[in-house]
Amino acid sequence: MSQLSRYRNHRFARPVLLAFGLLLAGGLFSAANAAAESLRAEPIAISADKSTLIKEGKEIFNRGCSSCHGLNAEGAGAAPSLIGVGSASVDFQVATGRMPMADMSQQAARKAPLYDEYETAALAAYVASLAPGPASVTNEELAWERDGNAASGGTLFRNNCAMCHNLAGQGGALTKGKYAPTVMGVEARHIYEAMITGPQAMPVFGDKIISPEEKLDIIKWIKAMESEPSLGGASLGRVGPVTEGLLAWTLGLGLLIGIAVWLTAKAK
Amino acid sequence: MSLQPIQDPGLPTHVHRRADTDPIAAKRAERQVASLFLTSALGTILFIYAYVGIPRDQLLFLPVIGTTNAHELFLGLGLAISLFFIGMGAVHWAKTLMPNHEVIEIRKEQRSKEEDRQALIQTVQEQGATAGLGRRTLIKRTLGLSLGLVGIAPILLLRDLGPLPGNDLNETSWKAGTRLVTDPGDRPIRPSDLEVGAVAQVLPAIVPGSYRSLNDIAKDALLLIRIRPEEFNLDAERLSWTYQGIIAFSKICSHMGCAVALYEQTTKHLLCPCHQSTFDVTRAAKVIFGPSARPLPQLPITVDAEGYLIAKAPFNEAVGPSFWGRDSA
Amino acid sequence: MSVGKKAVGSVANYMDERVGAAKWMKKTLNKVFPDHWSFMLGEIVMYSFVILLLTGTFLTFWYDPSMRIVEYEGSYEPLKGIEMSAAYASSLEISFDVRGGLLMRQIHHWAALLFLAAMVAHLLRVFFTGAFRKPRELNWIIGVGLLTLGIVEGFLGYSLPDDLLSGTGVRIAEAIMQAIPVVGSYISYFVFGGAFPGYIFIPRIYIVHVLLIPGIFLALITAHVMLVWYQKHTQYPGPGRTEKNVVGYPMLPVYAAKAGGFFFIVFGFTAFLGAVAQINPIWVYGPYTPAQIGAGSQPDWYMGWLDGLVRMAPPLETYIFGVTISWNILIPGLIIPGILFTLMALYPFIESWITGDKREHHLLDRPRNNPNRTAIGAMSLTFVLVTLINGGNDLLATNFDLSINQIMWFTRIGVFVLPPIAFVVTKRICLALQRHDREMLLHGRETGRLVMLPHGEFIEVHEPLSPEKAFLLSSHEQLPALTAPEEDSRGVALPRGLRNKLRARWSSANAEQIDKPTADELKEIEHH
Repeated sequence: MSQLSRYRNHRFARPVLLAFGLLLAGGLFSAANAAAESLRAEPIAISADKSTLIKEGKEIFNRGCSSCHGLNAEGAGAAPSLIGVGSASVDFQVATGRMPMADMSQQAARKAPLYDEYETAALAAYVASLAPGPASVTNEELAWERDGNAASGGTLFRNNCAMCHNLAGQGGALTKGKYAPTVMGVEARHIYEAMITGPQAMPVFGDKIISPEEKLDIIKWIKAMESEPSLGGASLGRVGPVTEGLLAWTLGLGLLIGIAVWLTAKAK
Repeated sequence: MSLQPIQDPGLPTHVHRRADTDPIAAKRAERQVASLFLTSALGTILFIYAYVGIPRDQLLFLPVIGTTNAHELFLGLGLAISLFFIGMGAVHWAKTLMPNHEVIEIRKEQRSKEEDRQALIQTVQEQGATAGLGRRTLIKRTLGLSLGLVGIAPILLLRDLGPLPGNDLNETSWKAGTRLVTDPGDRPIRPSDLEVGAVAQVLPAIVPGSYRSLNDIAKDALLLIRIRPEEFNLDAERLSWTYQGIIAFSKICSHMGCAVALYEQTTKHLLCPCHQSTFDVTRAAKVIFGPSARPLPQLPITVDAEGYLIAKAPFNEAVGPSFWGRDSA
Repeated sequence: MSVGKKAVGSVANYMDERVGAAKWMKKTLNKVFPDHWSFMLGEIVMYSFVILLLTGTFLTFWYDPSMRIVEYEGSYEPLKGIEMSAAYASSLEISFDVRGGLLMRQIHHWAALLFLAAMVAHLLRVFFTGAFRKPRELNWIIGVGLLTLGIVEGFLGYSLPDDLLSGTGVRIAEAIMQAIPVVGSYISYFVFGGAFPGYIFIPRIYIVHVLLIPGIFLALITAHVMLVWYQKHTQYPGPGRTEKNVVGYPMLPVYAAKAGGFFFIVFGFTAFLGAVAQINPIWVYGPYTPAQIGAGSQPDWYMGWLDGLVRMAPPLETYIFGVTISWNILIPGLIIPGILFTLMALYPFIESWITGDKREHHLLDRPRNNPNRTAIGAMSLTFVLVTLINGGNDLLATNFDLSINQIMWFTRIGVFVLPPIAFVVTKRICLALQRHDREMLLHGRETGRLVMLPHGEFIEVHEPLSPEKAFLLSSHEQLPALTAPEEDSRGVALPRGLRNKLRARWSSANAEQIDKPTADELKEIEHH
């Protein structure tokens, strides 16, 4: 179903059988898809100067974040201190809607962001002003389409990411109800920020362990997977043999038994 | 007790199908069968068209399926239609037009007639007696011996399937002084490269130009984790195997050998995705959940003169799943 | 005589003059096959096998069973330049560079899943209807052998592409070998030609997968079908059907047309699945290396229950005299499956020992009329289902907002608690259905129509059953319990008293049934 919704707004989406010729794997198709995506993501137009931004960020923080993270972002209880987490962390958490958290569950889930891009930038600027930390990036800074190498990214992904996020990037279970979310449909800058900040249960992948170029490779592979056509038919969620077995027993054997019933029934 | 309180009413009377009595219905059934066969023929035409007419890289968007390869899809659909409708046609033909009178066949007991059985037993006994197996015990025993021994030959022939394990399972490539390098990338690692909360997938450095085989990786793969040193809950020896909060474990699960690499930096737990053994990093990978019975082997690490992480000593135990000769005590 | 008839006649004549089989052929072509949908399950298995042979042969034309390391230069961009085994590279070639190759690979894999699913469904049908009883015990054993081989064959086929997912499965199989006491590591080194993964495992399992096991399969399937042929098919009870006859359609033309047609239907449907549903997208998984892994690594469904058992095993190992005994692998990986399959193979003999019934049976049981057997089947099925659930616990956890730890504990307890509950509940349901049958026989079918009597009372109209239906509901036999003689006629205590007691106990549990109405009771009703 996610397949369906992902392509619902695609400009090629038509209900009739319509063929279009693009190179098989990725190639032009992924480039076109990526181009469309980068057009959608408008660069953050922030006209305000830095100090006003920090001031406004502080106000938003006091209203929306301080009740958990403390008035000076020093953290309290389950809410960690934000001093030194850097703007990358704020951008990732707020722009993907994980913060503010809806409830105190195991894990902050991705949802529609509460703050717009300007407010997010202001919050990030304020938190970054508290102590140095990894800085947020923009989609434009990430030239993964130009510099990334999908094949090397795939190897890196299988080595560093797939154990939690699944071989096809569909996400997977962690202990006690925690989970690694899917990386499909995540903006390049959020993938990058997640790697450098290690949000929630995710560990940090510093630039010496996975170099910035290698991070672009990983993003390129993820984007190639995202735009890869579902070769060989409906993808069944790409979570391995469980859904395949389920389909074999239900639709597969079910339908054959249905035909067997018809076959052995007496004709009128 | 085959007590049947109700008399067997016998086979239900045959009910004629419409096609049996009504020529129009029979004609209709015939047309239906013919159109099923024709559909199959159309399927084959679609298959041929797909093979020669649809470019191999043609993509196509379909609801539910998503964007897929039109060439393979229509090859498959063509094949499916051509085969499926031959079957449907044949079955529909059999159901509507072929004679549908049920037939009764009489069973006979599997057991042969008593006289045949007796005759068989007698034959076996007589023939056996003429061979004299019962009397000639020497022949009987030597035959038994040779038949028993001949079975050894094929088993022995399998001996060269592989070498004996020897001490192989107890050894890895890690030696005192072996540098830790990133996998992939083969870059040496400084302690400062790892922030608190970071992990690194690691292999032993190899001489440039030499080759790392999968057999080596299957035993050497390592996971490097950095936490705050005060979070460790280790005895003095194990603590000395760490370096500034950096701890190294074998990545090969002590249960069944999968790569254990799901690290949760919040709980400091390592999870194996295959069977969900959970290890506590702060307590030297002690098993806290799941089927594994042993902690992950820990590699003692330190830094060399250039400040790169190296192994202080080899693993002090065999890595990977248990085996009979493993000294785990 | 038409031209067509003449031609057929002369072909038959030509053949008979050379092989002299006219009498046998005549008998064969008139052979009767009873018709029921559940009798088609075994045919699905056989047809899937043929599909597997055909598609598998196609795949061998390109597949390279070698673990030689090559650099991928095929047309799938995200793997270009990556080092991998020739086996994986050639599987990618089949998927992307051979026209129809991906389709054939997918049909092959879907057919394999259906092959085993239909085999299990067929086994359940045979079990629940008692079709394994004398004289068919040997065929039941062949069937159990086929299932075991099928699981092995499926696992080997899943391993051949040498992708990251299947390689992980092989790693686990290697760990099971290593866990075997005394000779474990030797067996593993012999199988892999040295340390895991080595360079020779894929070529070895290839020949086993494409030649050895299919050959054994062919022989066993032939024996299985020949026995059915020779012993004649069982049939469901009903009017006109007895232990002494077979009611159905003759081989020619009806059965041949239906069975032949069904082959094409199964093949066509499998091709449809192969066309529209992606299965085992190996290009996503990447080449195997022991240092990599994916979340949610699972085997195909027929191994899933074993994986679930291994997951739920307690962390038990014994360290003694410098050796390690891995109970956490041995018990779920070898001992429990060994016990289950042995019990399954021996079940016909166990049942006939308990019932003391050594007669031939050709009429099938309605499952409700043998509540104990049906309950044992439900119990075993529940056991496998619980373990299967644990085999997919990580996917259940992410999809239903649960935790793997919760599911693990649920199944760890459930595997002990739920099967006995399933036994009791199933037995109760069977008895309730028997009671319902009895009511129907005595009081007829409830029509749901209410009628007001002259004095104002409402009663529901009961319609008498048709003679056919009444016969069906009352024709089964109800065996009395065996009594265990503890002493012989002279008062001497018999040996094996415990065994006899167990037998008597089970036999009386078997006899716990709702008495069907006697002829007298039914007669009395008629006079009302």
